[in-house]
Amino acid sequence: MKLNSKIPEGPIEKKWSNHKFHMKLVNPANRRKYNIIVVGTGLAGSSAAATLAELGYNVHAFCYHESPRRAHSIAAQGGINAPKNYSNDGDSVYRLFYDTIKGGDYRAREANVYRLAEVSGSIIDQCVAQGVPFARDYAGYLDNRSFGGAQVARTFYARGQTGQQLLLGAYSALCRQIDAGTVKFYERREMLDLIVVDGQARGILARNLVTGKLESYAADAVVLATGGYGNVFYLSTNAKASNATAAWRAYKKGALFANPCYTQIHPTCIPVSGTHQSKLTLMSESLRNDGRIWVPKNKDDQRSPKDIPENERDYYLERLYPSFGNLVPRDVASRRAKEMCDNGYGVGATKMSVYLDFSDAIKRLGKEAIKQKYGNLFDMYKQITAEDPYEVPMRIYPAVHYTMGGLWVDYNLMSTIPGLFVLGEANFSDHGANRLGASALMQGLADGYFVIPYTMGDYLASNTFKKIDTEHSAFKDSESAVEKTIATLLENNGTKAVDEYHRELGKIMWDYVGMGRNKKGLQKALELIPQLREEFWKNVKVSGSAAEINTELEKAQRVADFFELGELLATDALHREESCGGHFREEYQTEEGEAKRNDKKFSYVAAWEFKGVDKKPTLNKEPLAFEEVHLAQRSYK
Amino acid sequence: MKLTLQIWRQKSKDEQGTFVTYNINDVSPDMSFLEMLDILNIELVKKGEEAVAFDHDCREGICGSCGVMINGRAHGPGRGIATCQLHMRSFHDGDTIIIEPWRATAFPVLKDLMVDRTSFERIMQAGGYVSAKTGGIPDGNTILIPKPIADEAFDAAACIGCGACVAACPNSSAMLFVSAKVSQLALLPQGKAEKSARVQNMVAVMDEEMFGSCSNTYACEAECPKQISVTHIARLNRELMASQV
Repeated sequence: MKLNSKIPEGPIEKKWSNHKFHMKLVNPANRRKYNIIVVGTGLAGSSAAATLAELGYNVHAFCYHESPRRAHSIAAQGGINAPKNYSNDGDSVYRLFYDTIKGGDYRAREANVYRLAEVSGSIIDQCVAQGVPFARDYAGYLDNRSFGGAQVARTFYARGQTGQQLLLGAYSALCRQIDAGTVKFYERREMLDLIVVDGQARGILARNLVTGKLESYAADAVVLATGGYGNVFYLSTNAKASNATAAWRAYKKGALFANPCYTQIHPTCIPVSGTHQSKLTLMSESLRNDGRIWVPKNKDDQRSPKDIPENERDYYLERLYPSFGNLVPRDVASRRAKEMCDNGYGVGATKMSVYLDFSDAIKRLGKEAIKQKYGNLFDMYKQITAEDPYEVPMRIYPAVHYTMGGLWVDYNLMSTIPGLFVLGEANFSDHGANRLGASALMQGLADGYFVIPYTMGDYLASNTFKKIDTEHSAFKDSESAVEKTIATLLENNGTKAVDEYHRELGKIMWDYVGMGRNKKGLQKALELIPQLREEFWKNVKVSGSAAEINTELEKAQRVADFFELGELLATDALHREESCGGHFREEYQTEEGEAKRNDKKFSYVAAWEFKGVDKKPTLNKEPLAFEEVHLAQRSYK
Repeated sequence: MKLTLQIWRQKSKDEQGTFVTYNINDVSPDMSFLEMLDILNIELVKKGEEAVAFDHDCREGICGSCGVMINGRAHGPGRGIATCQLHMRSFHDGDTIIIEPWRATAFPVLKDLMVDRTSFERIMQAGGYVSAKTGGIPDGNTILIPKPIADEAFDAAACIGCGACVAACPNSSAMLFVSAKVSQLALLPQGKAEKSARVQNMVAVMDEEMFGSCSNTYACEAECPKQISVTHIARLNRELMASQV
C-alpha cells in the first residue's frame, strides 16, 4: 500500500495556515446534513464532539462509561505544555517543536509536530475560557512549571489534577452541546466493529453494555478517540477498562497500525506489592522537579534511607546527566532505574525500586510549600503504601504508561480507510518513539479542538456519500460475526477466568517485550503469545449471558484483541533493529548504555497491514524526512 | 486474612435483590478493596457463577466510577478516599463486611453494586458549563484570577462525581455535587455572565430527578473522597437566592 502522508507544501511554519486556506469548506447551512460518529469521549473525543457540534454537524458520541467524565484522561496529573513564554525563559513554538522531535528520538513527522506546537497556545486560552482553574500566582497570572526533556518552564497545571480539570472542561463543552441537541450521547456502549461500505467508513456496531443488545449506527464519517493499548501488559497505569478493541477492529477492517513497539514506561510509579496487583499507580513526573532520585552505593545496605549518609548515596541521574539531572526524559529515567535494580542496587523488600527523596526540597522550601505543590500525590502514595513521604523517601519503579504507536493517520488525521479519523493516543502521529511529559493532554486537545474541525470539513466537502442505513448488508454481516464470537466465548466451558489469561499475557509482554528487548526474547514472545491465545480460546471461562450487564464478557473480548495486538507489538519490536525512545533493543546501545538509532535503515514509520489472524502482517513504510531538525544522538548530559 | 462478605446481588433494574454471603480466604492487607473483589470474582466465575458487577476504572481515586457502601459508609472507612483507594489493612482477620450499592431514588440499581448515575449528567447538561465556543478566545492571561480565588475554585472543581454525597445523605440530596460546580463557576470571572440561569436550571433539574433536600447533616462532606466543603452549599444557596431577587 502506498502511504500518502499529505504533508502540505511550503516552509514548516506556513504549512498549517496554507493548508487551512486550501481545504474545502462545508457551508454552515449544509453541515446539519452530515452525521459524524465520535467513539470515545476522553479529552480528544469530547473536544472533537463538542467542537464539531458547535460548527453545526450532527454528532453521535459513544462512550463505554456512564459519563464522559470517567475517561482515563482524567487521571493525567502533571500538566499541559504550551510555548507561551510567560516564564520569559526563551520559549517559542519552534523550541517546543524542536524539544518534541528530539524527545521523540527523531521518529515523529515534523509537520505534525510543528502544528501541535503551533496550536498549543490556543488550547490554554480555550480552557481558561471554559473555567478550568489553572494554577495562578497572587497577582492572578497563570503559573508554569518545568517538565522532563525541556529546559524551559512551559507546563500549565491545576495542582496534580490537570487531566481531570481539562477533561471536565471538554466535558462541560460537550454537556452544552448535548443540552442544545446537537450531540446525541450514547452511554455504556462499546464499539465492537467498524462498518466500511464501498471503501468508506460509514458506521459502527456497538454493544449496549446494559441490555447486551448489538446496535448499528450509520454516519458519513467516524472518529476514533479511543486511547492507547498499554493494558496489553496487564499491569500498567491505564484504567482497568482502557482497551484497544475499537482501534483493533478498525485495523482488522483495513486501517494500518503504526509503530506498535513504541511504548512508554513511566519512571515514577508506585512499585508492585504482590501477585494480587491489578494496576499500577503513577505519580506525576512533576515530582522530579523537587525530588532527587538515588540508590545506596552499597548493594546490600540494610539501613533505613535516613541513616545512609550523603556520601554513600548514588544520585545516579545527577551523576550521569549533569545538565538535565533528575529531569531527563521518561525513557532515559526508566531505563536507568531498571539498570540500577538489575545490577542489585534496588531498594525495598523486592529490591525492585529506587528512592525519590524530598528531604532536601522540604529543607529548602518548607513542608508547607511541598504540600501545596504535591499534596495530593503524597497523600495518594501514603494511602497505597502506608509510608509517609514527608518522612521517608518514596520508592518508585517504572511502569507501562502510554503508547506512542497507534492507527496510522495522514496530516489530516485520517487513517488509511477514507472517512475514519483517529485522534489522541489512539493515533501514532506526534510523539515519535517517546512522548515528553505534559504532551498527551496537549495532543488530545489539539486534535479535538483545532485540527479535526477543519480536516473533517475538507473530507465531507470533497466526497460524495451514497445513502445507506443500518439495514445495509455490511451492518448485518458485522452483527452476525460479532454475535458468533460472543456465543463462542460464552459457550466455552473452560476452567480459567479472563483475568488469569490477561495476567499471563501481560507477564510475557513485560518479560520479553518490556523495557529492554532483544532478538531472542522477542522470538520467544512470538512463540508464547499464539500458544496462549490458542489456549485462551479453548479454555477461557466466561459466566453469565449476552443479554445483560456482563463485565466478564466485556473483558474477554478486549483480552482476545490484546492477544493479537501483543503479537503485532512483538513483531514490530523484532523488525526494528535499532533502539529509539521507548523501544530499547539491548543489542543496539552506545558504550554509555544510551539508545542507538540506525537512521539509515529505520528512519521510517512502520505501518502494518492486517492479513489474517494467523498470517504475517504486511509492512508498509512511510519514510520520515527531517528538513528542519538535524538528526543527532539525543544528549541530556 | 479470612473474611465474610455479605454482598448485595440484584440481577437487573427490575428484579428484587438480596444479600448473599461469601467466605473469602487469603486476603492480603496490601490488597486494595477492589482487588479483593477481583479475587472473589475469579473464584465465582470458575465455579460457573456470575461475577459481582461493580463500577470501577482508574483505581486511583479520580475517575469517580467506583463507589459502594461498606458497612453502611459510602466508600468505607477512612476519610478522603474513594472505594478503590481503600486497602484491606483497614480490616481485621475474621471481619464480616457488608457491601451494598448506593441507595437513592435518583440512582436506580442496574445490577449488583452498579447504579445508574445519569441523573448527574442531566444536571450538568442543564448548565454546568461556561458557554465558550472553540476559537476566537483572547490570551489566558487577559483574565486575572488571584491565587486564593483560583485555589477555592479548584477545591470545588475537584469533585469526581462519584455520588457518595448522595449515598451518605439521609435525604439523598445532591446539594454538594451541584454546589461544587455552581460554586466553581460563580467564583471565577468566566462564569459570572451566566450565573443566574446556571444555578436556577441546575437546581430545577436536581429537583426533577428526585434528589432530596439538604437538612445540614454534613454527612456529604464527611464521606466526600475529595473532601469538598459544605461551604459550597452555602454559596449555592446564596447564588440561588441572589438569582431570584
